[in-house]
Amino acid sequence: MKTLMLGNEAAARGLYEAGCSFVSSYPGTPSTEITECAAKYPEIYAEWAPNEKVAMEAAFGASLAGYRSFCGMKHVGLNVAADPLFTLSYTGVRGGLVIGVADDAGMHSSQNEQDSRHYAIAAKLPMLEPSDAAESLAFAKLAYEISEKFDTPVLLKMCTRVAHSQSVVEPSDRQEFTPVPYEKNIAKFVMMPACAKARHPIVEQRTLSLQAWAETAEINRVEDGTDHSIGLIASSTSYQYVKEVCGDRYPVLKLGMVNPLPVKKIQEFAKSVEKVIVVEELDGIIEAHCRAIGVQNVAGKELFGCIGEFGQNYVAEKLGMPVHSGKKLDEAIPGRPPVMCAGCPHRGLFYTLKKNKLTVLGDIGCYTLGAAAPLAAIDTTICMGASVSGLHGFNKASGEKNAAHTVAVIGDSTFMHSGVTGLINIAYNESTSTVIILDNSITGMTGHQQNPTTGFNLKGDPCTKIDLEALCHAVGIRRVRVVDPYDLAACDKAVKEELAADEPSVIISRRPCALLKYVKHPGPIEAKPEKCVGCKSCMKLGCPAISVTGGKVQIDNTLCTGCGLCRQLCHKGALGE
Amino acid sequence: METKNIMIVGVGGQGTLLASKLLGRILLENGYDVKVSEVHGMSQRGGSVVTYVRYGDKVYSPIIDKGEADFVLSFELLEAARWAEYLKEGGVLLTNTQKINPMPVITGAAEYPKALEEKLTALPIRLDAMDALGLALKAGSAKAVNLVLLGRLSRYFHFTDEQWQDAIEKSVPAKFLELNKKAFALGAEA
Repeated sequence: MKTLMLGNEAAARGLYEAGCSFVSSYPGTPSTEITECAAKYPEIYAEWAPNEKVAMEAAFGASLAGYRSFCGMKHVGLNVAADPLFTLSYTGVRGGLVIGVADDAGMHSSQNEQDSRHYAIAAKLPMLEPSDAAESLAFAKLAYEISEKFDTPVLLKMCTRVAHSQSVVEPSDRQEFTPVPYEKNIAKFVMMPACAKARHPIVEQRTLSLQAWAETAEINRVEDGTDHSIGLIASSTSYQYVKEVCGDRYPVLKLGMVNPLPVKKIQEFAKSVEKVIVVEELDGIIEAHCRAIGVQNVAGKELFGCIGEFGQNYVAEKLGMPVHSGKKLDEAIPGRPPVMCAGCPHRGLFYTLKKNKLTVLGDIGCYTLGAAAPLAAIDTTICMGASVSGLHGFNKASGEKNAAHTVAVIGDSTFMHSGVTGLINIAYNESTSTVIILDNSITGMTGHQQNPTTGFNLKGDPCTKIDLEALCHAVGIRRVRVVDPYDLAACDKAVKEELAADEPSVIISRRPCALLKYVKHPGPIEAKPEKCVGCKSCMKLGCPAISVTGGKVQIDNTLCTGCGLCRQLCHKGALGE
Repeated sequence: METKNIMIVGVGGQGTLLASKLLGRILLENGYDVKVSEVHGMSQRGGSVVTYVRYGDKVYSPIIDKGEADFVLSFELLEAARWAEYLKEGGVLLTNTQKINPMPVITGAAEYPKALEEKLTALPIRLDAMDALGLALKAGSAKAVNLVLLGRLSRYFHFTDEQWQDAIEKSVPAKFLELNKKAFALGAEA
């Protein structure tokens, strides 16, 4: 039966139908739903791992045991998992191993827009790239066949517009996979130099075999057109834009496998047209391949840039086709950037940091929004865990004077991902750093995933809850204290005292995310405009529920949770009792 | 048939995703090829959000570009103004007249433009503005703005009431069904 599915949901369906029985991932937009959807199938064991490296290694373990396995992550997550990735290319698999990676061209929810295809080339791994939900399902299944046939992990590359677009799919039944019985094989799986040296030629030969497969594979297909003055090469969402704009006018070579790329197929396609134009988002990888195999009549990045995502108007403009346009108002429309939610427990802590004029090394999560005006409390955001390790370097290099007004902020999930190793460095190499763990008891930004500190697993069942205080103590931090971020006086006291301490310390700012269903709110605060003097102290919080119009405070009752921060700042009693 | 384009725009947290889910369902059941493109992650946090719904014989691109939309269904007035440029000439801008101040307005860095409704009527589009929040509250919850707007949108389509009711039943949780049906009916009658 035809049904609409998100690309990610369809990829999960593909895992299910292929008989995959083990999934381990770390959430990251736009990859998260693959794993969430896979977890809904009782036949699949699915888990959130603390980070992508652990997830990939766990998926490898399941493959080694002979089962079809999967791990999923966003593009930057693959950086974290790059270590196992490169060597798993050498060992190959037992049960099929598929690695889902979702790129975010346009950076809808990311800190960079790196092109994951470089990893496929560098690690010498096949990479499939679906262009809609139906292909996400089909390619996930095909990936297992390729994985086992060619003895290799297979990368399944998604992007925001495929991962988060629903389109029509026709699901079929699950085919159970018969596990491969375990056999010890030192030469294949123990990658000490002697064995690895023997494996490398196998990897090179495998690439040649995959390239030969790519020449005739149905997923690399030519769709003929009526006008051979131009031939277009595209994959993924770029293929959709090309078809949207050109219809059946120009021939299109639609690539479903983007590494390794076919040679003869591309050369023959190039001969059948006057000029080849490669339409690919981000880097010019297919274009460079065309040039490397002697295709002269090719263009790509000279027309299409390597920045941001495409759309049909952009593609039409670059191909000299008609471009749609609409009429806009002759009026400045104020932007609407994302903001920390009303009632967000991070707000009180950020207010404290701002008030104390601290330098704040930040991390990856909802709390990155603490960098936005009016709080503007964050100085850096790099990658998962960089706040803690960066703080240590900052303090060691610049001395105690700076350490006294510099902190790191990191969320509970991000701390478990890769903050704890930075904290170990602080303890071991003795910097007087102050690390603040923003414990909102959930992985917030990606849409409320459980993590090792929440006490629940991916399936929602109760499980071992990692004790953050005990963990910090165990790695050698003596000063560990917990503070309620809804209590501004307590936050101020804690931050001042820990910064003054002559040894490393951790402040755990603990209060569950205001959007969690189990969190009960007292209800909106009653504004008393007659008492308001228009001092705008409450506005320093950057709360979307508070505004001052005509010099008097107003509370948006549909947003206000009654967290009470604004009341603590109002000395005139204009915000409740 | 040529591909038709519906954009659903609003402020993160207003329930735009439910509206696109419901539309996608009813369009698929009427035999169209359908694509629905959503935005997840950071922009959901009170930011400007947009969902694209496309349907026809064969839909390629998952997104809608400037000058392509047949309908823009807007949950908030400023967002209606922001995305009006995506309408083709004669396209319908169906908007809630509710105003939600964005952070630059709250902090005083920018002003919420005045008389937006009036200015929008000057564009070569059809403006259909309504107090969807008022009707949602009448139905029982501010959160039912999405169903009020869908009710109004239903007047532009040939689908039967039975089909809409069926799509609502399959898209909303059972305990909010009556509320949502009431909101839909109020929107359709408005």
